[in-house]
Amino acid sequence: MTNTTKPPSPILKVWDAIWTPLLSVFVALLIAGIILIITGANPLTVYVSLLEGAFLKPGAFAETLTIATPYILLGLGVSLGFTAGLFNIGAEGQFYMGAVVSTYIGYAVTGLPAIIHLPLAIIGGALAGAVWAGIAGYFKATRGAHEVITTIMLNYIAFALTDYLINGPLRGKGSAPRTPDVLDSAILPKIFSGSDNLHWGFILALIILVGYWFLTKRMPLGLQIRTVGANPDAARYAGINVNRTTVVAMLISGALCGIAGATEVLGRYQYMPAAFTAGYGFDAIAISLLGQGSPIGVLIASVLFGAMNAGSGFMQLQAGVTPAIISVLQAFIIIFVAAPAIIRSLFKKN
Amino acid sequence: MEFLSQLLDLNWISMLSQTLNTAVPIVLAALGGILAERSGVINIALEGIMLMAAYAAFAIGVVTGSTLLGLAGGVMAGALLAAFHALISIKYRTDQTISGTVLNIFAVGITAYLYRQFNMTESVETFQQWNVPILSDIPVIGEIFFQQQPLVYFTLLLVVIVQLALFRTTWGLRTRAIGEHPRAADTAGIKVNRMRYINVILSGALAGLGGAWLIAEAVGSFTPGMTTGRGFMGLAAMIFGNWTPVGSFLAALLFTVPGAIQVKLQLINAPIPYQFLGMLPYILTIIVLVGAVRRNKPPAAIGKPY
Repeated sequence: MTNTTKPPSPILKVWDAIWTPLLSVFVALLIAGIILIITGANPLTVYVSLLEGAFLKPGAFAETLTIATPYILLGLGVSLGFTAGLFNIGAEGQFYMGAVVSTYIGYAVTGLPAIIHLPLAIIGGALAGAVWAGIAGYFKATRGAHEVITTIMLNYIAFALTDYLINGPLRGKGSAPRTPDVLDSAILPKIFSGSDNLHWGFILALIILVGYWFLTKRMPLGLQIRTVGANPDAARYAGINVNRTTVVAMLISGALCGIAGATEVLGRYQYMPAAFTAGYGFDAIAISLLGQGSPIGVLIASVLFGAMNAGSGFMQLQAGVTPAIISVLQAFIIIFVAAPAIIRSLFKKN
Repeated sequence: MEFLSQLLDLNWISMLSQTLNTAVPIVLAALGGILAERSGVINIALEGIMLMAAYAAFAIGVVTGSTLLGLAGGVMAGALLAAFHALISIKYRTDQTISGTVLNIFAVGITAYLYRQFNMTESVETFQQWNVPILSDIPVIGEIFFQQQPLVYFTLLLVVIVQLALFRTTWGLRTRAIGEHPRAADTAGIKVNRMRYINVILSGALAGLGGAWLIAEAVGSFTPGMTTGRGFMGLAAMIFGNWTPVGSFLAALLFTVPGAIQVKLQLINAPIPYQFLGMLPYILTIIVLVGAVRRNKPPAAIGKPY
C-alpha cells in the first residue's frame, strides 16, 4: 500500500494535460483496431476512410465543425459542473429542453425582426436548459440529492416530455412527427453559400467559449465556483454561500446545454425532429474529460468528436463497419483519460 | 363514469404481481449497489453493467440455444465489467463516479456496436412461469407471490441472503467495517482492498443477473439501451432503503407500480398520454431521493480509495 501522494511537479502537470489525452487517443485507436480485427474488419481501411470522410472530402471539414458546434457548448456545460464539483450527466435532457423551447419560439412567435427573434429563441433555449439543470442543482443544494441520479432521471423525463410535445401539441402538418419549420427570422444563417450546413451557431459557440474562459478565470463568480469545487468546506469558511454557488453553477451549466440544443434546431435542422441521434449527454462528458476542463481542450476534443461522427458515414460506406464503433473508440479514449494512471503505467516506469 | 367503472373492473391482483415481477432488475441492481457501497466503493456503473449483461445473455443464449447458459454468461459479463471498475477505482485510484460513468458510456457503445455488427435477429426462449405447489393456491397472496417466473423467487431469496450475510456473518461485519473505517479494519487484520475487489465483483454479478433478467425472463431479445435507467433506479432504491437489502427491495417496488398501472390503463384507453405515465417512475425516483437523502446516511468511507 503506497500512500505517498506528492504534489505533482509542473513538468508532470504539462505532461498530464497534453500527453495523457494524446496517448489515450492512440491506445484507444489500437484497442478499437483489435476489436475491429476480431469482428472481421480491416482497421486500416476503417481509419483511413474515417479521416477522409471527416477532413479530406469536399465539404467534410465544414460538416465536422457543424457537428462540433453543440459539442463545444455541451462540453463547456459539463466542464462548468465539474469545476463546481458537480457531475452534470443530464446534459442531454437540458439539450432537449433547450431545443424544444427554441423551436417553439422560433416558429410560433411571429412578426418580430430577426435581430430580436433569433436572440429571443436562443435565450429561451438557454433558460429551458437552465431550469432543467437547476432542478437538480436545487435538490442537491437543499436536500443533498445526488445530481448524478437526479440529472439522469430528468433526462428520461425530458425525452418523454419532448416526445409528447412533438407528437402532440407541437406537431407540424407533414406526415412525419416533427415540429413546423422555424421562421426565417429565427434561423442561424449559414456561414458559407456552399452545400455544407455550417451555420453561425459555430461562431456563437466560439464566442461563448471565450466568455467561459473569462467567467471561470477572471470573474469573482468563477473564483467562487472553483473554490466550491475544490473544497466546499474551505469555501464555506471563506464566507462563500456554497448552496447558492451550487445552484448558480448548475443553472449556467444547463444554460450552456440549452444553447447547444438551440443551435441544433435553429441552425442545423431548422425544425425539431422527433428524435435526435441520441448520446449527446455522454459525448459531452467524454469531451469535457478529454478537454481536461480547459476551454481550448474542450474545443479540440469537440472537433475530434465532430470529425469521428462526420467521417463515420463515409467509413460505413467504404469499410462496411457500423458507425457504433465510433462510440467504442470514444469510450476507450475516455477510460484512459479518466484513469491516467493506466496510461502512465503503460508508458512510464514509476 | 364509464372510465371509472372500467378502472375498478381491472385486475388489480395481476397488477401487483406485475409490480413484483418488473421490480426484479431494480432489486438486483440495488443489492449490487449495497455490496459495493457498504464496502466503500461507489458503483454508478450498474446501469452499464446491466446493459452489457443483457447483451451477453442475449448473444450467448442465441448462439448456444440455452437460456440458462445465456443467464450465466450475463452474470459473468457483469462480474467482468465490475472487476474492471474495481481495478480502475481501487488500484488506479480513479474518481469512482467518473470511472462508473465512463464504463456506462463504454457499455452503451460496445453493445450497440456488437448488436449492429452481428445483427442477430433470433430471440431467446424466456423462462416459463412456475407456480409454487400448494402456496400458489392461496387466494391473492398466492397469485401475487407464488405464480411467478423463476428469477422472481431467486431474487426474493437473494434479498434474504444478502440481508443475513451483511448483518449476521463475519464477512458482512468486515464488509461494513471497511466501508465505515478502512484504517481501523486494516489494523484489525482485514485485507481492505481484497475485500473491496470481492464486493465490487459480486455487485457486478448481481446487477448482471438483473440485466440478464431482461433477456431470460422479460423479452428474450436485445435492443440497444434497453435497461432504460433501471440501474440508476436501483441506486435510488438503495439510498431510499438506507443501504439495507430488505428496505431497498420495498423501495424498488415503488418504482414499478407506475409501470404496472400504465399497462392496465392502456388496456382501457385511459385519456392520459402514454408519455406522462412513462415519466412517473423517473419523477418518483427524484421525489424519493429528495425525501430520503437527508435522513439516510451512506457509509462513511464511501468513494475514498484506500
